[in-house]
Order: sequence, then C-alpha cells, then structure tokens
Amino acid sequence: MSSLEITVSVNGNSYTETVEPRVTLVDFLRDKLALTGTHIGCEHGVCGACSVLLDGVPIRSCLMLAVQADGRAVTTVEGLTQEDGTPGLLQDAFRDAHAMQCGYCIPGMLIASEALLRENTDPTLDDIREAIGGNICRCTGYVQIIEAIQLAAERLREAGR
Amino acid sequence: MKPAPFDYARPATIDEAVALLDDDSIVIAGGQTLVPMLAMRMARPDRVVDINNIPELAGITDTGTEIVIGAATRQVDVLNSGLVAEKLPLLRKAISFVGHTQTRNRGTVGGSLAHADPAAEIPLASLAMDAEVTLKGAGGERRIGVDEFLVGPMMTAREPDELLVSLHYGLASGTRVGTGFHEMSERHGDFAMVAAAARLELDAGGACTQAALALGGVDARAVRIPALEAMLTGQAVDAALIQRAAQEIPRAIDPGDDQHASADYRRRVAVALGERALTDALEDAKGTAA
Repeated sequence: MSSLEITVSVNGNSYTETVEPRVTLVDFLRDKLALTGTHIGCEHGVCGACSVLLDGVPIRSCLMLAVQADGRAVTTVEGLTQEDGTPGLLQDAFRDAHAMQCGYCIPGMLIASEALLRENTDPTLDDIREAIGGNICRCTGYVQIIEAIQLAAERLREAGR
Repeated sequence: MKPAPFDYARPATIDEAVALLDDDSIVIAGGQTLVPMLAMRMARPDRVVDINNIPELAGITDTGTEIVIGAATRQVDVLNSGLVAEKLPLLRKAISFVGHTQTRNRGTVGGSLAHADPAAEIPLASLAMDAEVTLKGAGGERRIGVDEFLVGPMMTAREPDELLVSLHYGLASGTRVGTGFHEMSERHGDFAMVAAAARLELDAGGACTQAALALGGVDARAVRIPALEAMLTGQAVDAALIQRAAQEIPRAIDPGDDQHASADYRRRVAVALGERALTDALEDAKGTAA
C-alpha cells in the first residue's frame, strides 16, 4: 500500500507532502499541515464542521481523500483572516453578532458563508438558510449566525464589494 | 473511523479505468457515500479507482433524441444546467432535494445511481423517466434500463469489472408533459423517508397518453406503480381519478420499519405524496400546453 506525493495549494501556500491514499483531506490539513482551524465533527459527511473551499466552492473535507486534492487549491478558515492574521470581515461580523456559543461548528459556518457571499452580497433569508443548510450547530439555534451573515453582507455592500 | 489501507489509481481514460476493475477494487467518483463507507470500514477494497480525472465521463449532451449525462457529472452541474431545466425538469426537481451545497459540489449523478440507496432521489427520478445506463467492462459495452440496473438496497446489475459510463434520458414525444416531485424527510437534504416522482403526458384533447409514478424509501429499491399507471393511461385525468388510482399504492410497495417511521406510516405517506406528485404533474402538463 504505497504512499503518494501530492502538491496542494492551501490558503495560497503550496505544500508538497507524501500521504497514504487512505488519508482524508481534513486529516491531511490538520495532521500534516497543522491547520487545526478546520474541525472534525461527525467524520462521515453529516455535520459540515470540516467544510473548506476547493477551487472556490465549498466541500466537506472529511469526504475527500487528500490524494484527490493533488493539484487543487484549498481555502480553510485560516485563509479567511486578513494578511496580518487578524480576523477578516466575515469573522468580525460573527463576533459582533454574537454568532458563537461553543464555536465548534463555526469554521464550517464561516466557509459556507464565505462561499455564499462571494457569489451574492445581497442574499435573502432563504439564500442564507440554503447556504448553511449543510452545517449543523447544536448551540445557537442559528438565529445569530444568520444575523452575522446578514451583517457581513451589509458591510460588504457598504464597502462596495 | 479511519479507512483501512488501500492502493489508489487515477486512470485518465475509461479503458484504463475498466482495466483496473475487479472484485477487490472499488470506484470513487464524488466520494460522498464511499468515503464514509471506507471510514466505517463497511467497504475494504484493495484498490480505489478514482475516475475524477477522466474528462469523457463528465458533461451533459443533447443528441437530438436523448440527453446523455456522463456518470461523473457533478450534481451541482446538473442542477444548474439550462438544458436539464428545459428538457429534464423532473431530474432537476429531484436533485434540489439531494444533500447540500457542499455534497452536491462533489457528488455525481452516476455515483448516486451506482450506490442504489433505496431512498435516493436520483435513482428514483431516473426510474420515473425510463432512463437507461451504459456500462463498460472488459467484455464490451452494454446499455440497460434503470429498472433492470436497480436490483436491491445498494445492489445493481453492474458487474465488478464494469464501469457506469453514462445515463441516458429520452426526450418527451408529446407536447404536454408535466412532472412533480414530493419528499418527506427529517430535514431538507436528508435521505427521504418517502419520496414520489411523477410524470404525465397528455394529448391535445387532454387524455393521458403516458403516466409514470415512482416511489422511493418504501421498498428494497425505487419502484414504479404499474397498476396506478394503467388506471390513468388513456383517461382524462382529474383529482378524483388520481385519488382512486393512488389506492393502488399500498398494495404495490413493501416498506420497512425503522426509528424514523413505521411501515404503516410510510404506506400512508406514500399514498399522500404519490397523489401530490401526480397532481403537480397534471397541473404542470395543463400549463405547458403548446
């Protein structure tokens, strides 16, 4: 059972690593690259905590083998910060709207929200619900998460983006 | 919850992929069902054959007589296809119930069909649409109907050395075609407890020339209801006839009990959703008169 060498761009940095084919993308990100912002929740594609962007579209990183990401570009929650490492606009909105309680689902929520806002800075309530429909939060009841996304959308529109 | 070791192959052509398939290998496309099965070690293949890098397996083509969808075409691409919206509205309606953005971005139509979950929407809609599939193996290519392809829960007529290459959807001959899709699940995007896909064709006088009703989640695989279809065909279909014909549904299905719903409840829901799907299809057909 041979290992393979893969090259993956993660948050703009290129990484070349040797992995066993059985390693999922989320384990690769966390264990090989020490990018532990992406969380493992259910580990079988139900909860959405492990969401990342693959070539700009949201996917579940527990449902993809790391070898399948060879040559692709991945964005994790760490990639949503500003260049100096401080929280980005979306992350600020989540903080300002008190969208977090335990916070475990938030990396996945941020990725799902980022994907939505890249497409649409004026989403309806239904658009937002659809976008985070694959992400489970057991604390908040989702209300403040939705308000945070609305707040981020408003700030993006004000900034003319 | 980590997969057991396996070898990994990434063929570039259909023929290369077929040459790698045998009893101990398994195909990965979107991986949305296979990766959890690997992680839970319900699947322990010696070799995983990744078909994501085979360009000829992805895409949606109108040949003039049918729409051909490559097996590795992503569900999101089918959902967003103008061609599918115009020519295969029932498939589009069904896929809007499949999973979530994150899973549709990876999941494929062929993967869903080949997995053959009895509650899955894509096999259900494909059965209602009389779709066919092309399989390619070492011995050559064959084309069979979805009805023959679906055998039982997670079981299909695909041989271990065969690759599901494409799905074929015939184009409607009539001018007045209507479709309807209804589903009950715990949350939108979950597997259906019961799902119903209906398709009706009417002639110029309003008589039904073709009727199809398929139900999912209520038997070992998606099933058609021939006795109901026979009652509608040739008739001027109205609400009363749909209601009468729907009484054929409980006799034609064999649902199971589980923690989500009892068999008896599923039978009742199947009747209700079957009626709703047919009613929508009728309204749709009347509204699309040429």
